[in-house]
Amino acid sequence: MDVGLLAQYVMNGLMLGMMYALVAVGFTLFFGVLDVIKFSHGDVLTVGAFTALATFVGLTAVGVHSGPLLLLAMLAAAIVAMAALGMLVARYLVLPLRSAPALNTLLVTLMLGTALRESVRLFYPQGANPKPFPALLPATSIPLGQFNLRLDNTILLAAGVAAVVGLQLLLNRTRLGLAIRAVAQDEETARTMGVNFNAIVLVTFGIGSALAAFAGLMNGLYYNEINFGMGLLLGVIGFTAAIVGGLGSVYGAILGGFLFAALQTIGAVALPFPSAYKDVFAFTVVIVFMAWRPTGLIQEKISERV
Amino acid sequence: MFMTARIVAVLAAVLVTNSMVATAEAKDKVKVGFIGPLTGGVSVNGIGGRNSADLAVHQRNAGAKAKYEYELVVLDDECKPNVAVQVATRMAADKEIIAAATHYCSSTAIATVDVYHKFGLPVVVWGAVLPDITYRNKYAEVHRVNGTMINQNDANAELLTKLGYKTFAVIHDTTDYGKGHNQYFSAALAKLGGKILGTFGVTADQQDFTAELTQIKALNPQVIYFGGLTPIGVRIRSQMDKLGIKAVFDGTSGIVSDAFIQGLGPLAEGCLAFREGAPTEKLPGGKFFMEKYAAQKYDSPPEAYGAFAFAAMDLILDTIEKVGPNRKSVIAELGNVKDRDSIVGKITFDDHGQNTVAVITKYVIQDGKFVEWDESEYASGKRKLPEQK
Repeated sequence: MDVGLLAQYVMNGLMLGMMYALVAVGFTLFFGVLDVIKFSHGDVLTVGAFTALATFVGLTAVGVHSGPLLLLAMLAAAIVAMAALGMLVARYLVLPLRSAPALNTLLVTLMLGTALRESVRLFYPQGANPKPFPALLPATSIPLGQFNLRLDNTILLAAGVAAVVGLQLLLNRTRLGLAIRAVAQDEETARTMGVNFNAIVLVTFGIGSALAAFAGLMNGLYYNEINFGMGLLLGVIGFTAAIVGGLGSVYGAILGGFLFAALQTIGAVALPFPSAYKDVFAFTVVIVFMAWRPTGLIQEKISERV
Repeated sequence: MFMTARIVAVLAAVLVTNSMVATAEAKDKVKVGFIGPLTGGVSVNGIGGRNSADLAVHQRNAGAKAKYEYELVVLDDECKPNVAVQVATRMAADKEIIAAATHYCSSTAIATVDVYHKFGLPVVVWGAVLPDITYRNKYAEVHRVNGTMINQNDANAELLTKLGYKTFAVIHDTTDYGKGHNQYFSAALAKLGGKILGTFGVTADQQDFTAELTQIKALNPQVIYFGGLTPIGVRIRSQMDKLGIKAVFDGTSGIVSDAFIQGLGPLAEGCLAFREGAPTEKLPGGKFFMEKYAAQKYDSPPEAYGAFAFAAMDLILDTIEKVGPNRKSVIAELGNVKDRDSIVGKITFDDHGQNTVAVITKYVIQDGKFVEWDESEYASGKRKLPEQK
């Protein structure tokens, strides 16, 4: 195969993998602190992307046209709004159901996801249509044979890496991170050590949802198109990636995200059946994998969760 | 005596009023149905069709001559075959519903023909273009006012060959709709000597097409033919640009929708599309339709197939007026439709219930609008598509 072509496939896969990883990290964080699966996560991503778009439309209407300024405002609005949404969900839907079976939380958040998705469709102006998302990053591209190296994609990828590294530093180097890890490890002990359990859960849901907002914005900037249903499959894939990586492990989630993207790319390119079956292929491999390693790539150690 | 006269007058007045009310009530209520995708990715088309059918019912009820008072029952098929079978069964099983205008999506229209046949509900398809809907079986219940995708793909292959294009890549969704387009376009192109370098089936809700498009980039075709609907059409066109693919984007009737242009902005320029029938504004009753539609102040446009939905519903109402609200008589009468005037031109049903209009409109998107090819600056040579001869 042509080297340029191969590079293009790798780049496509990396972009996909980064978005999956960001979603997967959210799932793994929520599971870490509260042992719950929050299925509305993908739709939080959608709402985040639409918040960014609404911010853009609003600011352009009042005469702001500077690209970097718009981008910064969109990022801030999406992250703040989704962090708030995540905390609200945790406070009013997830925490009250703590003593109920985990299945209830799963069901409630699944319903919430549908409600969010349908709300975007019904209440965003013409929300049922695909929406063009502004290309605010420099679109300079360097054609290297079959490989089209685009500056905007490179920036997005770097931003994704920065977000993941930032999260890692937050979890491992700060007092807040210590508290989150403590809660994840043992709620009772953390409480007796003076950690405010509810506050930590809220903050964790805030962080996870902010990452989803970031992924939503990234998705919009990458595809230049967003729609109300975009979060559905991303949620399922993000969840799968988190499971494959080992639910509860941040590294595992990231690894799982890239692994799933790689499977999809291989399914579409290298195998002798129509590319429509790439998801069938990727999910089948995941099923086989789960039979082989039910706990995921990086197994959750009791002493080291999150 | 004077008093008695007054009482008589009052009584008379009451009687007259009563009898007037009675005549208004004497109009029997008749239910007719509409099914289309009202939620999901192609809901704009469904809502446009629903509004248009609603307009036909409104017009009829407002007219003094109507024998019945019509009520429109609307159901949502979500463009999903499984949902469509459910709602079609619900509608067909309701004996009060005499006839219905049904389906925009081919995948749902083909899934439901058996239901209509089994329950004996006469339907007129208003938007779906898969030939099999009318031609796979010979069901007396199923009719269609719009043309099939065979004609549009013939016209498509002919125009592109004429413009000097020789190499094509095909992307189609894997529903009956997309597969049908692939089949008829490939057949039409083969006859004219065009070459298809690669065919890619994709799912109807796919988000990322970079893997398929990178393969296409390596094949380096002059044209990418797309058999599918607006939402993924928008994604494919926009991701083509990201990967630096310069090929012409050649679409079908599935992308003839304002949402396609809104979704793409300037990138929509130079995309091709084909649709059966003449453009709404050029139809015999197009101006009338657009005016009436605007007067009702619906919150979304009729879209490409609104006029067909109106014509389908109007035909149903005409038929009920003529033969009465009885399913069997309506089916028998629909079988005799020949050279019937409608806002989409003359309607003649063949023995499969298919309207035999073969007019195809060729579109190119120019300055954010669907412009008829022959009137466009691309045809006159003022602008050029990539590698256009």
